[in-house]
This record gives sequence, C-alpha cells and structure tokens, in this order.
Amino acid sequence: MNKAVAITGMGIISAIGNDTGENYRSLILGKHGISSPEILKTIHRDLPVGEIKISNETLAQDLNLPKNHSFTRAALLGAFAVSEAITQSKLKIDGGTGFISGTSVGGMDATETYFKEFTEGKAENSRFIRAQHPGFTTEIIAEHFGITGFVSTISTACSSGANAIMLGARMIKAGKLKRVIVGGTDCLTKFTLNGFNSLMILSDEHCKPFDENRNGLNLGEGAAYLVLEAEEELNVKPVLGRISGYGNANDAFHQTASSENGEGAFLAMQKAMKTAGISSEKIDYINAHGTATKNNDSAEAKALKRIFFKNSPDFSSTKAFTGHTLAAAGALEAVYSLLSIQHQEVFANLNFSDPMDSSGFIPVTQLKAKPIDHVLSNSFGFGGNCTSLIFSKNGE
Amino acid sequence: MENKIYINGIGSISAQPGDVISWEAARLYHENIFPAISPNYKEFIKPMALRRMSQAIKMGITSAKIALNEAEIEIPEAIITGTGEGCKQDTEKFLENLLDQDEKLLTPTSFIQSTHNTIGGQIALNLGCKNYNVTYTQNSVSLETAFLDAQMQFSENPEINSVLVGGVDEISEKITSFRKLDGQLKPDPIKNTDLLKEDSTGTITSEGAHFFALSKEKKQNTYAEFQSVFMKNSIQPEKINDEIEAFLKINKLDLAAVDTVILGINGDNRYDHYYKNPQEKLFKNTTQLAYKHLIGDFDTASGYAVYLAANILKSGEIPEILKLNKLECSVPKTILIYNQYLGRDHSLILLSAV
Repeated sequence: MNKAVAITGMGIISAIGNDTGENYRSLILGKHGISSPEILKTIHRDLPVGEIKISNETLAQDLNLPKNHSFTRAALLGAFAVSEAITQSKLKIDGGTGFISGTSVGGMDATETYFKEFTEGKAENSRFIRAQHPGFTTEIIAEHFGITGFVSTISTACSSGANAIMLGARMIKAGKLKRVIVGGTDCLTKFTLNGFNSLMILSDEHCKPFDENRNGLNLGEGAAYLVLEAEEELNVKPVLGRISGYGNANDAFHQTASSENGEGAFLAMQKAMKTAGISSEKIDYINAHGTATKNNDSAEAKALKRIFFKNSPDFSSTKAFTGHTLAAAGALEAVYSLLSIQHQEVFANLNFSDPMDSSGFIPVTQLKAKPIDHVLSNSFGFGGNCTSLIFSKNGE
Repeated sequence: MENKIYINGIGSISAQPGDVISWEAARLYHENIFPAISPNYKEFIKPMALRRMSQAIKMGITSAKIALNEAEIEIPEAIITGTGEGCKQDTEKFLENLLDQDEKLLTPTSFIQSTHNTIGGQIALNLGCKNYNVTYTQNSVSLETAFLDAQMQFSENPEINSVLVGGVDEISEKITSFRKLDGQLKPDPIKNTDLLKEDSTGTITSEGAHFFALSKEKKQNTYAEFQSVFMKNSIQPEKINDEIEAFLKINKLDLAAVDTVILGINGDNRYDHYYKNPQEKLFKNTTQLAYKHLIGDFDTASGYAVYLAANILKSGEIPEILKLNKLECSVPKTILIYNQYLGRDHSLILLSAV
C-alpha cells in the first residue's frame, strides 16, 4: 500500500489572521472575523462577511510587486499564503515543483471593476482582460515564485481547494511530481456576494452552522496552501501531517442544492476512508463543510449519520470564524485540520444553540483537547461536486 | 504495469462540420470571432431544459452523449472536464445585470449557471452519474489536465474501465470581444483559411466541445490508443525541442517513430516561433499538420486536434487542408500534438494507431 503523502509546509491568510499562528490564536480564543464589508465596495453593507482588512495596495507592497502589476486580489491573497508555506517547508523550487490552485471566480474582482471600460473599448487596463479566467490567477502566482513546470487550476466551486489538494496528493503518489504546492484562493467580489444574495442563502446575521435556526451563510475571502513532498525528498524535514485519504463524488441531484440524504457527501466520505484504509471509528474529528444554509447542514448531517450512525465523532464547522471562502474553503480547513492534529484540539463551532430537529447532532461548541490522529474535512459545492479529505498525524 | 487506454467514442462540435475525412471543402468565415455549427440539440436534451442552457452547457452535454453512445458506455466511472473560460455567457449576463442595476433586483439563474463546473455538473446530472467529477480551468492546458487526470484514474484503480474526458469553451458577445483590446485577436478581419499565411499579431477565435470516451478495452470501432500527455507552464522557445525529446524518451519512442505532428499554429507572429524550432529541426522529415485555420483558437481547441488525430489514425487518411508540408505519410501510426497559447501553457499529446 502507498504511504500517505507528507505535508511539509502550510500558509494561510483569512479574516481571522494573516498567517498560521494568527489563525490558530483566533481559533483557540473563539475570535471570529465577521464584519461589515469595507474593502469590497458594495451597496450590501448590511450583509456580514469574513473580509481581510488589508487593502490590495498594502498586499502588493508586502509582496514587493512593481506598480503596474496585474495581480488580482485573489492572486495577492494567494501569493501571500504561498509565501508562508514555502518559507515553512524551506521548499526548493525547480522543474519538478508543481502548483495546483483552486479558485471559483479567479480575477472576477478585476473584471467587475473594468467590465464597463472594456465594453466601451478602453484598453488602458487591458492587462486585466485575461484575469477573469481562473488560470490567469494561478499562473501569475506561479510566475511570482518561479514555478515553470506543472501548473493547473481546479474550479469545482466550493470544493475547488479540496480537489486541488487531492490532485496534488495523487500526483505525488503516482510519482509525477516530487514537490507540489496545493490549495486555493478566492476574494470577496460583488459578483459572488450578489450571486449568493440573489439565491437568498446569505444570512443578515452571524452564521450559525448546524443550528436549528440557521438562516444562511456569510461569505468570506482567503487563501491557503500546503506543500506536499515525495518521501525521497523529505530527508530530515519535519512532517506536519499526512494526507491519507481523499474521495470525490457527485451528488447528481441539482445544480445548486444538495440531495436530501446527502448522497454525494456520503459517497465522498466513504471513498476517503477507503483510500485511507481506515474505518469510521478511527476518525477523531470532522471539520465539516457546515455553511449554515438550511440545505447544506441538514444534507451533511444526514450523510454523517449514514456513515457514523448515532456515534458521530466530534465535529464542527469553522465557517462562523472565516465566513465561507468558496474555493479556498477546503484549503483553509485543511490548515485547520492540520492545526487540530498538531495541537490535539478540536476547534469550536461558534454561534450554536439549538440542535437541528432532523438529526439532533450537536457540534463541539468549546475548544476541546483530546487525542487526535485522523481528521476528516468536507467540502461540497455547486454542480454537485463533493470532496472529502483525511489528514493524519505523521507516523499514524 | 500500465494499462493501455483507448479512445472508443468522440463527440465533436466546432465551427466545421463533422466527418472531416470525407470533406470536400472547409467552412469559410470572414470574421475573427465565429460560432460553432450547432447540431440538433433537441435530439440530446429535453426542450424544457434546453431553453435555460447556455451554448457551453448544450455543446458539453451533447458531445458527451455522442461520445458515450458511440463507445456504448452508459455511466462512465469518472467525468473530467476542461474549460479555459467556462460559462462566459451566463457570467456576462449576471455581471451586466449587476452593474446596470447597481446590485439590485437580481435573479439567480445566470449566477447559478456561471460556475466553471456547471458543464461537468450538468453532464453528471443528465446521466445520473455520481462518480468522480472534476473541472480543470488552466487556459490552453485545461483539457490536457483532464486527460492527465484520466490517465491517473486508470492506473490508480484497476476497477476503472471507462472515463469521460472533454473540453468545452463558448464565445460570448462582450467578453470574447474584449480580446480585440489586448491583442489576442487580429486587428482586422481575415478569412479563416488564410490564417496560416498571416504575418500579424493575434489570432481568430471560435468555440467548441470535444468529449472522448476512454476505455481500457479495445473494440472493433476503437479510434486510437491514447498514449500520453505532458504539460509545462513556461518554456524558453529554444528549449522546446529538448522538452519534446525528453517526452518521447519517457514514452520509449524514437523521434523517427513519430510520423505525423499536429501543431497549434494560430497565425500570431509573436508566438508562432515556438513551433518553428520543432518544424525545422526535429520534424523536418515528418508530416506536419495544422488546424486552427479551420476552427479558430480557444483554450480547448486542442480537443479538435485530438479528434483529428484519432480520425486520421483510424482511417489512415490525412485531409489535404491540414497539411503544412509536402511530405507524404503512407499509413500514420503515431501522432504527436503540440500546442501553446501566448507562449504559455504548453502541451504535448501522443496518440497511436491500434
């Protein structure tokens, strides 16, 4: 059997912190990052979001970019998080280093800013025309770090980041890459905020994952990346944890809604445990997708019930901290899963008071210390795309 | 031991009619943006559903179904889609409404269908296929990443027998026309079949969908064997020959074994020199073909090259209109496809006759 894939670095930026340390401190202190939109210029000031309070100008300065750069906000956040991951793993970047990024709307922030200009035939900001397409954002991050080899983008809506991690792990196992940076990035845009708002699944208060009275999600932004390395490349490098399982399935039910019994989620979790070669009792913590929409949380709970019966392991959704960061969510939550293993702690599901009538499941609501060897992380998206990942303690 | 992978079904929708081998004349276009030729979508999609679908979704579902029907596969064990620019028509619609209505009174339909994975998701929904499903969107290697994933699916899991792989891109009124502003399109309209004679910047563009039913089993109507795919984000023009030779070596092939190359030449004089090196050195004595003068250039245009290669390998015939040089190749056995866009996202695909 193949050994689980080693993770040697991680980096993150989200509404609860600009690096791994800051994110961890917010998680253990129960400090959320939900606020009113300030950097995103929108009329929907009443919709709470998980916004990173750093301007594009400041991010560009931190990254030492030239004045006429063509980084979109997703590229800026992405490069910021990649930089931390590379530093931590002391990664050697060469022809055998790959980059796989998940993003849902890529550089939509630039497109919505310049769309009218382009329509009028003004070419002044034409360097942002290709920015609309997700591959552009990925490529510009790759170029910034001198990655010239395998570069690709996955766009499976809210499971993009998780699928990017899965592809990276598979390519390492298959011997196609020696080192790969995997994860996802998405920034707040008017396009997504209004899109989810038109679907009437945004909450006007702080989201309440898995609560009977939940009334929608808060949108967030962020980026997170992991460095995966082949066994023979490790030498004496510290291993933060391992990707032991992954599963991808399609709900094949509806373009945006989950099936009532959470079929896609069920299949994805089942496949993940099969690749990891572990049974459901071995899972110590589930970082749930838990968006706090009526539909997702009840479908996910149904799927959990089908896998774990009555004895669901400790679970929580960290989306009340960060908001739902779409394509980046699976990557952010991969970092949280690894932190959970590193510190042997389950992070709290904020804003919970009443269990859902349908399942009766109660998430972990206070920081909880316990032995943790295996964490299951769920990411589900539009188009029925469901992905589950299992992170394990090194040596387990 | 690696399994062999065969192409047993192909669905192709492009700006040219099907059945390329028996063609007499190519369809001519005099604009730099031109649409695909629509098949009768009603044969494949229910009228109610069809009304709400953008071109990309219609082309995707239809070509996927054609490929699966031909290969006699009901439910593939994976659906892997590549799209460089995704569902532009719905994106454009939602974005324009948002900007024109100042974020007020928006309806969700076009937003729902704007995500890049809509095509792959809709194919799954249409087939009732709950298996592995991913969408890649990396400019001109979107379809190539999908092929790479498919190849890994077969080698990882011995239980996998069939995988559906495809590439789809649509044109939209505004977003596609922005390409005139940043030099991606030629400044003046040309006739598509004159593309390869052009000495100017930019190219011409269109849309299309190409789905391939891949299988471990060789059948009587198998098109070709899918051997390998390679992609690299950036390459120095003078290093391209080294990359091609390294790729052939990994696949245990001599240069001489490649009897036909299909090149992604798109008439952009700023980047076509990438093809010059292999044309003048490695493949001096090899039959050289091009195709973008027929269907334009778009991120998943290489799907048309795979479709051509598979048909050439099956029929043993090469249509005159594709030929770049006078070298005859009696019976094509091994075809190499090389593509790039704007000097980035390079890919090599290798197919062979069965």
